[in-house]
Amino acid sequence: MRTVNSLIGSPIERLEDLRFLRGRGQYVDDLARQDMLHAAILRSSVAHGRIRAIDVASARALAGVHSVITAKEIGNRVPRVPMRLQPLPDFEPFAQPVIAESKVRYVGEALAVVLADTPAIAEDALGLIEIDIEPLPPVADRQASAKDASLLFEEAGTNRAITFRAVRGDVAAAFAGAPYVRRERLRTQRHMALPLEPRGLLAEWDATRGRLTIYGGAKVLFFNRRTLAKQLGVPESAIDIVENDVGGGFGARGEFYPEDFLIPFAARLAGRPVKWTEDRREHLMCMNHAREAECDVEIACTRDGTILGLRGHAYVDVGAYMRTNGAVGARNVAQFMSGPYRIPHIDIDVALQLTNKTPVGTYRGPGRFETDFFRERLLDMVAQDLGLDRVEFRRRNLVSQQEMPYQIATITPFESKDELDSGDYHATLDRCLEEIKWSEKSKLAGKLIDGRYHGLAVGCFIEGGAAGPKESARIVLEPDGGYSVYVGSSAIGQGLETVFAQIAADALEVTIDRLRGVFHGSTFYVDDGYGAYHSRSVVMGGSAILDAATKLREAIRVQAAERLNCEPAEVEIVEGVKAVGPGGKAVALTELSSISAEGAFLNKKHTYTYGAHAAHVAVDPKLGHVELLDYVLVADCGRIINPLTVHGQAVGSLVQGLGGAMMEHLAYDQEGQLLTGSLADYLIPTASDFPNLRAIVLENHPSPINPLGAKGAGEGGIIAAGGVMANAVANALSALGVQPRELPLTPTRIWELVQAAQSNKKSA
Amino acid sequence: MSVRFRVNGREVEVDVEPRLTLADCLRHHLRLTGTHVGCEHGVCGACTVLVDGAAVRSCLMLAVQAEGAEVVTVEGLSSDAELTPLQKSFRKHHALQCGFCTPGMITTAHALLSEEPNCDAARVREVLSGNLCRCTGYIPIVEAVLEARAAYQPNERASDRSGNRA
Repeated sequence: MRTVNSLIGSPIERLEDLRFLRGRGQYVDDLARQDMLHAAILRSSVAHGRIRAIDVASARALAGVHSVITAKEIGNRVPRVPMRLQPLPDFEPFAQPVIAESKVRYVGEALAVVLADTPAIAEDALGLIEIDIEPLPPVADRQASAKDASLLFEEAGTNRAITFRAVRGDVAAAFAGAPYVRRERLRTQRHMALPLEPRGLLAEWDATRGRLTIYGGAKVLFFNRRTLAKQLGVPESAIDIVENDVGGGFGARGEFYPEDFLIPFAARLAGRPVKWTEDRREHLMCMNHAREAECDVEIACTRDGTILGLRGHAYVDVGAYMRTNGAVGARNVAQFMSGPYRIPHIDIDVALQLTNKTPVGTYRGPGRFETDFFRERLLDMVAQDLGLDRVEFRRRNLVSQQEMPYQIATITPFESKDELDSGDYHATLDRCLEEIKWSEKSKLAGKLIDGRYHGLAVGCFIEGGAAGPKESARIVLEPDGGYSVYVGSSAIGQGLETVFAQIAADALEVTIDRLRGVFHGSTFYVDDGYGAYHSRSVVMGGSAILDAATKLREAIRVQAAERLNCEPAEVEIVEGVKAVGPGGKAVALTELSSISAEGAFLNKKHTYTYGAHAAHVAVDPKLGHVELLDYVLVADCGRIINPLTVHGQAVGSLVQGLGGAMMEHLAYDQEGQLLTGSLADYLIPTASDFPNLRAIVLENHPSPINPLGAKGAGEGGIIAAGGVMANAVANALSALGVQPRELPLTPTRIWELVQAAQSNKKSA
Repeated sequence: MSVRFRVNGREVEVDVEPRLTLADCLRHHLRLTGTHVGCEHGVCGACTVLVDGAAVRSCLMLAVQAEGAEVVTVEGLSSDAELTPLQKSFRKHHALQCGFCTPGMITTAHALLSEEPNCDAARVREVLSGNLCRCTGYIPIVEAVLEARAAYQPNERASDRSGNRA
């Protein structure tokens, strides 16, 4: 059977499913070792305080306890969690020690690690540790943070980690002559990725060989290995980090957390394997939070709806420390406020304010979910002010295909220019309107039907992908004629094994069953891997695999040419089975000595998937309840490798976005106590919440920046959900003049907005 | 203390602490790691197993409470030879991504379809609303369960739908 180029673009059922469906996935907590110790971590219950004493004597004395580790056991200077992205010197004063040294700065910060024979004994021992902390005034929100009255880092003299600024054109001139200006203050709430598998690690120290093996790696294993090697003072080559099956990432899993030092350190100290699995409460307190942002922005327009400029200030609550990718969300809040629209003049700064809350990091669509809410809300308000049609207003200002590549605002410091790569933004908007039957449903907008107001909204998004600098791959022709594919990308549940198998098999011109496997993530598969973030795996890893396949085929030709006494260029590889030379002389590939080839893909540009969302809701003004009657997402993802998985990404991320829009909230009180420490308090969507939604995924405009033509996909569903749902609710309640300016749109919040609007009307 | 029960048709006897949950007993004492633990407080449903035919959260049940019971885990609803109709339907509809919630979805759906092979979409959503999934948005899971109903009709052989044994 001829299989050339038939796999890419086909809805191949996933290879991973065969083990997951049978309960044979192997997640890190599924592993066990002889003689293994279990770790449990004592976490601060005080948001801000000075550590006076930690008494671990009783815990150490408990039968079954092996040891208790505090900052003292770690040595003179406790290592810090580094910045992986935007590693500016400005952030260094705010780095997190891997275990609390002299102060605690958020509820959940690690104070001590207990190693014991069973997890239960380790947890029992936590209760025996006596902690004496002198409480300091907690910094509970960004306003308190900006006052600098109580400082998280006294020596830094400020709670502001940095201010980023995004600039394009000359905003002052644009506003000087503007016929219309509107200023708004809008806010998104702290919430988080919440993958279903809690974090975990298993570390083994081999004293005789001086080697560490760590299971439970994800996302950026090579960076984490580099970091750990420095911290432990061992060569990188002495550490292997293994990627097991991973129960979801969404940006949060796999970053270097304090435990990524503590557990390997404990294993070396104890000379025995150490396993740690967090519980859900720890997960909610310790894994990266995200999305807590506020803006105070002005938009300038002509009266007929051409956007002239956007300026103002944004504030991001980054929590207690700057760690790994904690600046990305804030950076994106500044750079992507303009989204897919042509806004010629921009000047937005964003202040990163430290508070006594869990540190933040990226969560699917970082900074983009926030800015889509800000911008799309603003656009609907402007359209209403100017009496413009909401759709026409958007259409007029979307970046057109002729303007590609389109330069967006530049960020300073850490100067970062970026451009939108390709696409027809108007086409996805039109398709979205058509799918939801906009013109027909428009008649329902604002109507009260059976006690509920109907509302309609549409919004547009862009989604960045394909972060560089590099990805590596290696393909081996095995002695049995099969092929093994190794790649530096990481699988976090998104189906990489299948998608990469499709790319590799097509490139090698073989059927998928000729692949012995796609081996990814772990630090021993390739020399230098870069992992999975910024929707980069298909573009970066996929292109590296293409390169390796091309080089492998060339290497096969060279070796076969020697056997066939001809030039390599004269050799044809037939169906990946044999090499045929001039005159039909052939050699089976199984007869060649083992051949392997390394490939790489280097990239400095980004891909931009784009599209539109539209929603139809019914809002009960008495209960504040919103029912989603219909929702359509249209996205153009460049060239699609597997329609089944990319569609799954779209729908899945959309429902996650609806969670952020409607229900999810990591609430804190003024003492810095997390009020939502269980899944009974932190609500995420269930099967009955959003049954009516659809995603349409297109591949009309391949990316020009990579050989596959692919774009990063999987975040577009989440990005526009907040803005579109808020606009739909505003549209439904337009008779009452309700304007949501904050998420999530819980029944309580909507009920309060309705009450306030009604009492305003009465008093007017 | 010692507890005896049947798991996936096999008689087992385990020596456990009274406070050990059934989930931890299955995972760490019997090495049946297909049952996953996502929250340990009965909300996420990843640890769902069948106890005497009923879908039960094994993180909310102590191992000692399983004395004399018939426990079936996702491994017991699987076969080496090929996927069951329910599993095939999950695969076809791309009803799983990271796979962590999947065993709980399979056990819950199997219990539902065994009791109510003609349930409608609303009923499927109601029952599955006790199982959290963070990847799929649930739409394909509901589609997969609805399509698998055909295999649970009374005229279909039980062994065909539940792997090696049921």
